Formats: sequence, C-alpha cells, structure tokens
Amino acid sequence: MIRILDIAAKDLKEEFRTKQMLNSMVIFSLLVIVIFSISFGPILGSSENVEMVAPGVLWIAFIFAGSIGLSRSFVAELENGCLEGLKLCPVSRAAIYTGKAVANIVLMLIVEIITIPIFVILFNYNIGGLFLPGLVIALGTIGFVCVGTLLSALTVNTRTREILLPVLLLPLVLPVLIPAVMATGSALSGASMGDISQELRLLLVYDVVFFLVAQLVFEYVIQD
Amino acid sequence: MDSILSLSNVSKSYGNFPVLKGIDLDIRKGEFVAILGSNGAGKTTLVKIMSTLSSPSEGVVEISGHNVADDPASVRSMIGVISHETHLYNDLTAEENLRFFGKMYGIRGDGLEDRINELLEQVELSGRSDDRVVTFSRGMKQRLSIARSLIHEPQLLFLDEPYTGLDQHASRTFEKVLQDLDPKDTTRVMVTHDLIRTFQMCNRVVILDHGRIVFDSPMSDVGSAEELKEIYISNVKSHSSI
Repeated sequence: MIRILDIAAKDLKEEFRTKQMLNSMVIFSLLVIVIFSISFGPILGSSENVEMVAPGVLWIAFIFAGSIGLSRSFVAELENGCLEGLKLCPVSRAAIYTGKAVANIVLMLIVEIITIPIFVILFNYNIGGLFLPGLVIALGTIGFVCVGTLLSALTVNTRTREILLPVLLLPLVLPVLIPAVMATGSALSGASMGDISQELRLLLVYDVVFFLVAQLVFEYVIQD
Repeated sequence: MDSILSLSNVSKSYGNFPVLKGIDLDIRKGEFVAILGSNGAGKTTLVKIMSTLSSPSEGVVEISGHNVADDPASVRSMIGVISHETHLYNDLTAEENLRFFGKMYGIRGDGLEDRINELLEQVELSGRSDDRVVTFSRGMKQRLSIARSLIHEPQLLFLDEPYTGLDQHASRTFEKVLQDLDPKDTTRVMVTHDLIRTFQMCNRVVILDHGRIVFDSPMSDVGSAEELKEIYISNVKSHSSI
C-alpha cells in the first residue's frame, strides 16, 4: 500500500513541478464550458432546459480534459527508460498501476474542482447540494481513470497515442458515462441519494470491476 | 566460490526467430564477467532475461537459488541494472530520484537518507543533490544511474553497454566507481563492445554469437587486449561492432 502512495506522490510531485498536464487539462476543460455556455446560453432560456443540458456539458469537459492527461500519464515513464527502471524494482505490477491511477484521479479531481464553479456561474446553475454531486462525480471519475490508466499504458508505445487513446477509451467508458451524466444532473438539482441509488450502484460496480480487471491485465500490458 | 547466477539451457525466440539457443552459464560470486558479441548476438536479450524483464522461451535462470520466473520479486531485490538508459526522472532532483527508488526497494527513514548521501558522495554529485536531473550532463546522469542501481546494495549488478554516449572524463569516473565496488559484495556482468575496457576491468569473458556461447574463459588465460581481439574475430561470424 505504501509503495502505491510513493508512486502516486512521485507522479504528482513531477506534475506540480512542471504543470504540463494540469495546465492543459484545466484550460481545455474551461474552454469547453465557455464555448458551450456561449453557444447554448441564449437558446436554453429556462432553468429546466439548463438542467437537462448542463450535466452532459460538464462531463464532456471532464472526459476530454481527462483524455489529455491520461495520454501523457505514461509518457514521462518512457523518458530515460523509467518504466523499465520501475519494472526492475521489487514492486508488483498491480501497485504500479494503482499508483499511476491514484495520481490520475487526484489530477482529474483538481480539474473538476476548478471547473465546477465556473460552470455554475456561466450556466447560472442553482446547485441543490454539494455532497451528492461530489460523490457522483468522484465515482464517475474513478471509473473513467481505471480504464484510462490501463489504456494509457497500452497505447504509450504507439506513435498515434493521443488519437488512439480517446478512440479506445470513449466506447469503453460509456457504461460509466451514461449513469454518471444522469446522476450528476439529478444530484445537482437536489435529488436525494434514494432517487439516484440505481445509478450510484451501477457506478460503484463499474468502478470495482474495471479496477480489478485492470490490475489483473496490467502486467501483460507492460510486458516486453 | 559459490554460484550466484546460473542459466540452464536458456532459449528465447520472438515468433519463429530464435535469439538465444540453449545458453548454459554459471557465474560465481565476486566475478566481473564481460559478455561480448556483435549486434543482434542476443546480449541484451540475455540481460533482460537475467534481470526479470523478459521470460525465456525455454530453460531455467536462477539467482542465488531463486528461480527468476517463479520468484521475480526476490530476484529484483538482489539485482541492480545499469544500461545506456539512465532510468531517472528528469523532473525530480538527484536526491528525490534516489529516495524514490530507495523506497521502491523498501528502504526508508534514516537508513535511506544515509545511503543517499553516501552514494551521492561516491559518484561525486553531492554538490548537485538538489538539482533536477534534466539539468545534468550525460555523464552526470550516468553516474547518478550507478547510484540508483546501487541504492539497495545489490549482490549482482548488470551493466548493459553502460559507456554509450559518455565522454572520456565521464567514462573514467564511471570506471572508478565500478572498480571501487567490493567484489565480495557485488558480482558484475557487463555487456559491451569495448574489448580494451573488457580486458582491463573484467576477470572473465564470454562471447556470444548468433544466440550461442562460442567462447568462455577467465581473463587470465587471455594474454592481452590484442589477443582478446583475435579471439573475438575468430569466434564471431559477423564482427562489424568492434
């Protein structure tokens, strides 16, 4: 467990020092929100229409900003053969995967924390509460990152990784995206946990299944 | 002397293409073995198999009695690898790199900090410990790479063409650090194309050709670097790499 945190801390330390991924992710996410608010703002009119469209916009921003971050997740490990150096350490491959995934989740949550207030202001959205939307977004993010981190390792040695990753990732994360968007909309509008319990269960199952599957296959993904 | 590394009938193929064919090799504690061979002879594949990065298609590799395929974690804690790739994170400082890899080997606390200071001094990088690796020259990175590979005091050190890209000064410093290692503590296996350095530093030479060992002898039986070159040429069918 402690080595997982060491790997995550190392990734985050590198990222906070250079801010290469974080800056791009935040700027991209904000651009999506701004463009959608300019495009749809005048035609949405009533708050009911906004509530229908806005959760989808929010997740589009998260998913594409996340794809940018994930596509770079293993690139730093390729420089100077660092991934090989890590594979030479007496650390399980599952720990390497989990450490990278934890760092990716933290980065995505930072982007989301910055994006959501801007989204609320630009869409003039009345949030019903903070805990439940936060829980839904966190569960959706975990599912997205579990798959994304695995695919990032799979595509890192390809020349077209920036294109290949979203092409492979988006169809695979659809089962998490659909309940996440639905539950985010309801949670932001003030629904109770009972109202979205089905979506929450789906997200939870998806997160657990993909986390376990990714841990099992990661060894084969990074094998020579 | 006891055996530390033993390969028994090790073969490796990529698809239908055989890279290693029935390698038998026994390396004893304290030896400094050079593995020579032309490009494509299978040297790097052999090091990857010995260091757990790749699995043999056939055969058994044991390090200090631990089967590399069955117990890779124990083997990894006993070996260190230095290659032309430094395995260092550019955006971390020298000290942070060593601390990270030390933790990966399960070393923590004061023991780790002492070991980091000792190694940085040994590779003459104490004055640059807080500088990011991206600001280092190739020679400095390679010296730090030695420190990284020695952080857990490995019993067996693999060196895969470690002199690639080093200038004369960096090569000499690198050599000094290698020679300062106590043979009682660290056995060394070096893959190289450099016959002169092989003759000067190693006490055993193994020549690989087309995936087979074609020559294996103590260096004391080889009279000179010139003689080693003759032996190499006569044993290697394609010797474009010397």
